[in-house]
Amino acid sequence: MTEHPLLQVSDITKTYGGRIGCADVSFDLWPGEVMGIVGESGSGKSTLLSCMAGHLAPDSGRVIFDTRSDGPRDVLAMNEPERRMLARTDWAFVHQNPRDGLRMGVSAGGNVGERLMAVGARHYGSIREQAVDWLGRVEISSDRIDDRPRQFSGGMQQRLQIARNLVTGPRLVFMDEPTGGLDVSVQARLLDLLRGLVRQMGLSAVIVTHDLAVVRLLADRLMVMKDGRVVEQGLTDQVLDDPQHAYTQLLVSSVLQV
Amino acid sequence: MSDYNFAYLDEQTKRMIRRAILKGVAVPGYQVPFASREMPMPYGWGTGGVQVTAACLTPDDRLKVIDQGADDTTNAVSIRKFFQRTAAVAVTEHTGAATLIQTRHRIPERPLIAGQILVYQVPIPEPLRFLEPRETETRRMHALEDYGLMHVKLYEDIARNGAIATSYAYPVKVEGRYVMDPSPIPKFDNPKLSGTPALQLFGAGREQRIYAIPPFTKVVSLDFEDYPFEATKAPHPCDLCGDEGSYLDEVITDDRGGRMFVCSDTDHCASRQAEGHGGRLSTQGDAA
Amino acid sequence: MYVAVKGGERAIDNAHAFLAEERRGDPAVPDLSVAQIREQMALAVNRVMTEGSLYDPDLAALAIKQARGDLIEAIFLIRAYRTTLPRLGYSTPVDTGKMATTRRISATYKDLPGGQILGPTFDYTHRLIDFALAAEGDAPPAPQASPLGDVPRVTGFLDREGLIEEEPASDATPGDLTREPMELPADRALRLQALTRGDEGFILSLAYSSQRGFGRTHPFVGELRIGEVAVEMDISELGVAIEIGEITVTECETVNQFTGSKTQPPQFTRGYGLVFGQTERKAISMSLVDRALRWKELGEDDTGAPVQDQEFVLMHADNIQATGFLEHIKLPHYVDFQSELELVRRLRAGMTEAAE
Repeated sequence: MTEHPLLQVSDITKTYGGRIGCADVSFDLWPGEVMGIVGESGSGKSTLLSCMAGHLAPDSGRVIFDTRSDGPRDVLAMNEPERRMLARTDWAFVHQNPRDGLRMGVSAGGNVGERLMAVGARHYGSIREQAVDWLGRVEISSDRIDDRPRQFSGGMQQRLQIARNLVTGPRLVFMDEPTGGLDVSVQARLLDLLRGLVRQMGLSAVIVTHDLAVVRLLADRLMVMKDGRVVEQGLTDQVLDDPQHAYTQLLVSSVLQV
Repeated sequence: MSDYNFAYLDEQTKRMIRRAILKGVAVPGYQVPFASREMPMPYGWGTGGVQVTAACLTPDDRLKVIDQGADDTTNAVSIRKFFQRTAAVAVTEHTGAATLIQTRHRIPERPLIAGQILVYQVPIPEPLRFLEPRETETRRMHALEDYGLMHVKLYEDIARNGAIATSYAYPVKVEGRYVMDPSPIPKFDNPKLSGTPALQLFGAGREQRIYAIPPFTKVVSLDFEDYPFEATKAPHPCDLCGDEGSYLDEVITDDRGGRMFVCSDTDHCASRQAEGHGGRLSTQGDAA
Repeated sequence: MYVAVKGGERAIDNAHAFLAEERRGDPAVPDLSVAQIREQMALAVNRVMTEGSLYDPDLAALAIKQARGDLIEAIFLIRAYRTTLPRLGYSTPVDTGKMATTRRISATYKDLPGGQILGPTFDYTHRLIDFALAAEGDAPPAPQASPLGDVPRVTGFLDREGLIEEEPASDATPGDLTREPMELPADRALRLQALTRGDEGFILSLAYSSQRGFGRTHPFVGELRIGEVAVEMDISELGVAIEIGEITVTECETVNQFTGSKTQPPQFTRGYGLVFGQTERKAISMSLVDRALRWKELGEDDTGAPVQDQEFVLMHADNIQATGFLEHIKLPHYVDFQSELELVRRLRAGMTEAAE
C-alpha cells in the first residue's frame, strides 16, 4: 500500500480581476479513487480543473502529485518540459468537446498512436497493434482505424478521445464534462464504458460535471461547488442521498424533478 | 560594381551573419534567427544562401554554385555571376576544387572533404511548419523537444500509402536533439548529411533563419524500425556516364514517350565521361 | 549524342537585352525622364519610398522607370539598394506637431483650431476621365493661402479631457526590423514599422476586413495630416541637434471606441499610421490595423479575425518577401519533381502488384 495520496490539492485560489474563479479548494485523491466535482456553470469547477491540470496558473495553492520517479512533487513548481512530459505519460485530460482533445485531420490510429510516439515508440507495427487494441476497448471497429474523426459520430469521437488518452496507461485522468453534448442513450453507453475502464485499470480520476447521474455512476467521492467555493463534500451516496447544505439539496431536488 | 563592398554586404552585416553562423555551429540543427537583408535577387531565389556565402567568402576562395545539381542552370549562373562581380573570387565547376559550394536542392555526388563549406538555400526552414503553422508554437515544440507530431505525420503516410510519402526535404534529427529540415534535397542525399568532414550551413533569407551541421555530426533521417528510411532514386544507370549510383534527372527526348536518365550532378557526370565512362546513349566509352 | 541542356548564361544575357528593349518601348516615342516620373507620378514615387523604406524621390522615380512601372519591382530595387547603405546614425524622432501642413482633416470635429485644410486631394473630384489631359497637361496656378503656424493635434484635445488613452512619450530606442530579426510577439513600435513597410493592398484589405466585422474596432479618423517635417540629428561632437533635411509625411490618428471595463471608465483608444509622402490610403489602413492588433493589451476578445492575428499580419505584410517566394516556384524543381515522380510510380506499382 502507498502511504500518501496520489494527488494533494491545497488552497487553490484563482481570481479573474476582482472576480473569484475558485477559492481555497483543498482535497486529497487516493490511488484508484474517483472524485466528482459538481456545480452549476460559473461555480468554478472548470477553473479548478484547469488549475490542477496545469492549463491555468492559480494565484496561490499547491498541487502535489506522487510522481513515479521522484515521489510527491508540486506540479505548479515544475518547469514546462516536466509538466508536458507528465501530461503525456502519467496524466490524461478528456475534454468536453472531442474537437479540443483530438486531431481532427489525423486518422483514428494516428490519434491513438500520438502519445506512444511522443514517448518514443518507433515500431509502426506495434503502434498500430496497440491502436487496434484500444479502438476495440472503446468499441470502435478496427476497420475504422484509418478514418478521420470528422467521419465519426459525437459518441465515437468521445470514445476515441478516451482511447487516445488511456493508451499510455496514465495514473490520473482529468475529465471535463465527458458526456456533455451527447444525447441520453449515447451518454449511458459512454458512462458504462468509462466505469468499466476505470475499474479494470484502477484509474484515479477527477471528473467535473453538472450532471449528477455521471457522478452517481462513476465517483467514489463528491465535492459540491458554488461561487468558487466548496460547500459540501463526502462519499457520493452520502452527499446525494442526504445532502446537508441548502444548495446541494436544491441541486439534488432539481435533478429529481427531471 | 566597385561601389559595393567585397561580396556585396557591408562588413557589419557580415559580422552579424557570422555570429549567427557560429551560434548555429555551436547548437547543431537549431534555427538561429538573423536579420536577413534585402538582396538584389528575390526572396525564395536563394537570398539566405547568398547572405551566408557572402559572410563566409574570402578573396582566396574558389566558389562553385549549383542548382538541381547543375552548374549551368539559370539561377546558379546568376548567383555565380553575382559573386564574380561583387567579390571577384575564382569560380569552378569542379566539386573537388571548390572551397565553398552554394547549392539549391542537391548535395554533390563526390564526397566533400575537410575545409570545404557547403551552403544550402532554404525556402522553409521549419520542419514542423506544415504540421503546425504558428512560429510561436513550433519554437516551443523545439525547445521542449516535443516531436511526437512529426512521427504522427510519418505514421499517417504509412497508414495511407503503405510507405513514408516524403521524397524530398525529408526531416532529420541532428546529433540526437533538434529535428531539422535539410532543405528540399531529394531523400537520396540524406545519408550524405551525416558525418561529413565538411561544414554544412543553411540559410533561409525570407524566414530569417540560419542553421548548421558542423563536420562529423550525426544526422539521422526519421523513420520507424519496421519502415526504415531508404535513400531511393530512379532504378537506372546514367545514360551518358553509366553511373549506377548517382541521382538522375529524367529527360523527355521526344513526344512519343522517349526518355533518358542523366546524372543531375553535371560535374560528376562530365568527370566520369572524361575518365572514359559511358552510358546507353554515349558515342564513346565502355558501356553500350 | 545527347548533350544536357546548357547555355543558361547566354539565355540570361539575351533575356536581359530583350527586357531593356521592351522597357524602352517604341523608340519613336520620347524617352521618359526621371524628373517627369518624380513630378508627375508622385503618388507612385511616394508608395515606393514608403514600402522601400528609403526617402529619396529621385531614386524611387528611377526605380519605377527601371521596373517598367511595376511598383513592387521598384520597391524591391529600392530595398536592395538601401541594404547596402552604411548606417551612419539615427535621427531624433520627427515632430509631426510642428509639421508645415498642406492637408489636414478631421472626421471627428466639424471645425477645430487650425481648421480643415483639404489640400491636393482626389476626395471630392468626380471620377470622370478628363480627356483634356490627353492633349494638354498644363494647369493654372492654384490660389495660395498664407502659411499656417503649428497646428494642434486632435488627440491633444481629447487628451486634455482624459477622454482618450494616454500615450506617454518614451525615450526607449525602438527596435529595427531591418537590423534585427522579427521576434514574436512584436511590440507596437516594431509592428508599426512592419505595417509602414507592408504592402498597401494587403494592409488595405486587412483594414477593410476589420471594418466589415472581422475584428471590429469602430474607428474614426481623428486626424489626417500631410506636410513637411524637419529631420534632426544629435551631433554628439556639437552637443546639439541640427536639421539635416525635410521630408513629407502623412500621419493618421484614429479614435476608436472602447467600452471600458470594471476598473476603467469608458475612454477612446488610438490607432496610428505614419508613412512617407502623401500616401493617405496606406496611413489610414495602417492605423486601423494597428488598433486591431492591440486587442490583447486593451482586454478585448480574440474573435479569431485575421487582422487580430499578429503573426498572420506581420509575417505576410511584406510584398518583397511575398512576391519573391511566390515567384520562386518558376525556378526549376527538377530534382524534387523527379523524386515525387518516382515515389508515385513506386506506390502505383505496389498497388498494382497487390491487386494482382
